[in-house]
Amino acid sequence: MTDDDADSTSDGTPGEPLRYDQARWTEDADTYEPLLAEKTLDTVDVDSPLPDELTRETLELPALAEPELARHYTRLSAMNYGVESGPVPLGSCTMKHNPAFIEDVAATPAGLVHPDRVGETVQGTLELLYRLQDYLGRIGGMDAVTLQPPAGAAGEFTGIRIARAFHRADGDERSEVLIPDSAHGTNFASAAMAGYDVVTLPSGEDGRVDLDALEAALSGETAALMLTNPNTLGLFERDIRDIAEMVHDVGGLLYYDGANLNALLGRARPGDMGFDVMHYNVHKTFATPHGGGGPGAGPVGVTDDLARFLPDPHVRKTDGRYERYTPEGTIGKVHGYEGNWLVLVKAFAYIARLGDAGLADASAKAVLNANYLAERIDYEVPFGPFHHEFVASAGETDAADVAKRMLDYGVHPPTTKWPEIVDEALMTEPTESESKRTLDQLTAAFDAARGDDEAARADAPERTAARRIDQVAAARNPRLSWQALEDV
Amino acid sequence: MTAHGSPYVPHTDAEIEAMLSAVGAADETALFDIPEGVRFDGEFEIPARSEQAVRALVEGTLSGNDDLVEFLGRGHHDHYVPSMVEHLADRSEFLTSYTQYQPEVAQGFLQALFEYQSLLVELTGLEVANCSMYDAASALGEAATLAARVRAASGDRVLVPAHLQAGRRRTLENYVAGHDVTVESYPMTDGNADVDALDAMVDEETLLVYAETPTVRGAIEERLAAIGEVADRANALFAVGSDPVALSVLRPPADVGADVVVGDAAALGVPTAYGFGIGLFACREAFLRQVPGRLVGAAADDSGRRAYTLTLQTREQHIRRERATSNICTNQAWVALRVAMHAAWLGPDGLVDLANDCVTEARELAARVDDVSGVRAPVHDRHHFREFPARTDRPASAVAADLRAAGHAVHVVGDHEIQICATGTTADERDAFVAALEEAAR
Repeated sequence: MTDDDADSTSDGTPGEPLRYDQARWTEDADTYEPLLAEKTLDTVDVDSPLPDELTRETLELPALAEPELARHYTRLSAMNYGVESGPVPLGSCTMKHNPAFIEDVAATPAGLVHPDRVGETVQGTLELLYRLQDYLGRIGGMDAVTLQPPAGAAGEFTGIRIARAFHRADGDERSEVLIPDSAHGTNFASAAMAGYDVVTLPSGEDGRVDLDALEAALSGETAALMLTNPNTLGLFERDIRDIAEMVHDVGGLLYYDGANLNALLGRARPGDMGFDVMHYNVHKTFATPHGGGGPGAGPVGVTDDLARFLPDPHVRKTDGRYERYTPEGTIGKVHGYEGNWLVLVKAFAYIARLGDAGLADASAKAVLNANYLAERIDYEVPFGPFHHEFVASAGETDAADVAKRMLDYGVHPPTTKWPEIVDEALMTEPTESESKRTLDQLTAAFDAARGDDEAARADAPERTAARRIDQVAAARNPRLSWQALEDV
Repeated sequence: MTAHGSPYVPHTDAEIEAMLSAVGAADETALFDIPEGVRFDGEFEIPARSEQAVRALVEGTLSGNDDLVEFLGRGHHDHYVPSMVEHLADRSEFLTSYTQYQPEVAQGFLQALFEYQSLLVELTGLEVANCSMYDAASALGEAATLAARVRAASGDRVLVPAHLQAGRRRTLENYVAGHDVTVESYPMTDGNADVDALDAMVDEETLLVYAETPTVRGAIEERLAAIGEVADRANALFAVGSDPVALSVLRPPADVGADVVVGDAAALGVPTAYGFGIGLFACREAFLRQVPGRLVGAAADDSGRRAYTLTLQTREQHIRRERATSNICTNQAWVALRVAMHAAWLGPDGLVDLANDCVTEARELAARVDDVSGVRAPVHDRHHFREFPARTDRPASAVAADLRAAGHAVHVVGDHEIQICATGTTADERDAFVAALEEAAR
């Protein structure tokens, strides 16, 4: 697929960028890999043991044999780019290598049990959950961890519901959650879903929390401040202890968004910084595959003061046996059962494989890689010093066009045009998985994409399964199923 | 293990030196801009292990689970998953890819999600389906918040059936708590909704009426259209909960007036996995701009060829922030891929056959259970799908405990009620189960 003639010399000089051709379906110039429905669509009469008034008359779906389906999905996979295709340096997404063996661990047959089993008959499952709770608690410096939230945003929602329960237990009704303007969009949405007004904090000139702005925003209405550290610019909030004290002085809680935890493993822990509640993105930090958008898991860690509000059930160990119990002040449930088991097992396997030394090394190399790449690319990279990610500026050039051109050079581009405090932002997180050679190729792709003439960028990408897609037109005329296409 | 600690880090010592030199750092520690007061100098005390040792650790730990044959369902169902699904879904181009924010290199996954949406459109009869919520419980929660957004009049009541899986009800309560919406149960009569009682409860303050088919007790809801009319008279939204197997034979919910369909689509695509699921979410086109989660649309690329892209993203948190339709970002996309693959593997005939088996096998097992002395089944005079409750003369917990001792797991759903699920994965175990029940029920 790739024309691997890039020459990364021993002194680190980037060679020519890779050329990349993604598979595409080219039986003739006007066609594409057909939809299943275009290959065959069968209408079957539904004959059922149920009374006719309860049943449908027909069902119309594709009817294909396994060989045809195998080829269909294999072709589709060839028209898709994952971490095993090449680097995916999306900022705040932590697209690191997903070890193959964790898939086999998750498939362990003895773990594929029904959640309604009584606890005495699923001691193995409860023990594994308990051990993962314990591992995550140690890594984050938290006293208790729930594994129930099925994604990072669900973890945020859980954490903010816990904050609300904590305040209400003291008869203290608060109305606001404070969030820096550079925070992930989910923070704002989760706080609003939990019933709070969102107060946005402007970043300071150094890209970090502006203590004066924070002081002005804090009040008896402040339920929590949500922060990620390092922040989305890759900067450590050096004043975190002061921030924690200021928030705690008005009776608020400090919430840690774990999206950027991969920067800190073994170097610093949210619990030690004064955070009261945090979520972990195991599909980022702990290498469970992103699966094209999910599933993830968003465990939530809390201090002792908040443990009684955790979701129901929680797992504990009593007299050598593992049991589920209901925390006395529980917020209730945030998932129908006990979370995304298949993802949690993979995270456990990853942590157990790496241990202390491996986890710390992962962060060290993630930070080394980000700093090296920031140094190499011919872009302005404001602020610093960086940890696991940085935000480069494409300056006068459209960052989205740069990103599309990078696709032609065999790499997935960074997150574009966000955060907005950097002009034409390219938010870049290479992770520890990339070698120096790959980082040099990434550098070449960054520089070539920006160095190309504007027409080349506007035409990009040209070597991918699809050329540039008109998203505005797609939104103006939404066609969301094959039933809505005229030509199926 | 490399000299560096993580087995998944490719750097050589020489490269590390060159990189440190390039950035002007003496060593890796110097790269961390962490004030002394918050540095962590301790240990997690988590040992590193070989891959083989981790597999042995997890297998050893999970061997602590009793090996029981599970006649369990209540919203989390086990159907045989064909090998093709595992092998093709595990292709790393799918498994290790990110959300399709660069659609030009993600056409494969986008098309698969588009096909998943199309499958749900066919099954529900509604025009719009998203690419997934976390599970049935969160999908129900999202249906309620959607109702709060789209309903013209204000209101604060959500009405749900008394027969509802506890996790769904309690997750729903959390989803609406921030909106000052309350959740109330309407009664059931012989396993179906008591429509008259529901009618008396519904008022102008009602945002949403929810009904399930099959219910958590396995009964097919026979009066969905009447429930929909009750909701309609109060200008409330009507949401139906179901799953893709049941919907392969049941009347499409759109035909009985459903505005929204939710449920767990993981009856297909994944085995029983401790409650791991995927929330299906479909609704009428009128609510398109209020839909939670991601949507894939057909589009054209610059050369005029058909292409796919995430669309209508201005509903979502990364753009709309606190005014987004939902906070969801990471979803269950890879599970959606698996559901679509499984459904395609079955095809329409296979789906109908599987659904019909869910009716006949539950009926046949109920008849056999009913023949057991001390047990009557099914409790409700209804059509059942996959599962049914049974009344026991002995206390249900004692019956279930004796069944466990004989290697079988059932639900306890009342003082004298157990619930039994009969999907094809336990077909070979039913004789032994009935024999064990004869002992346990006595």
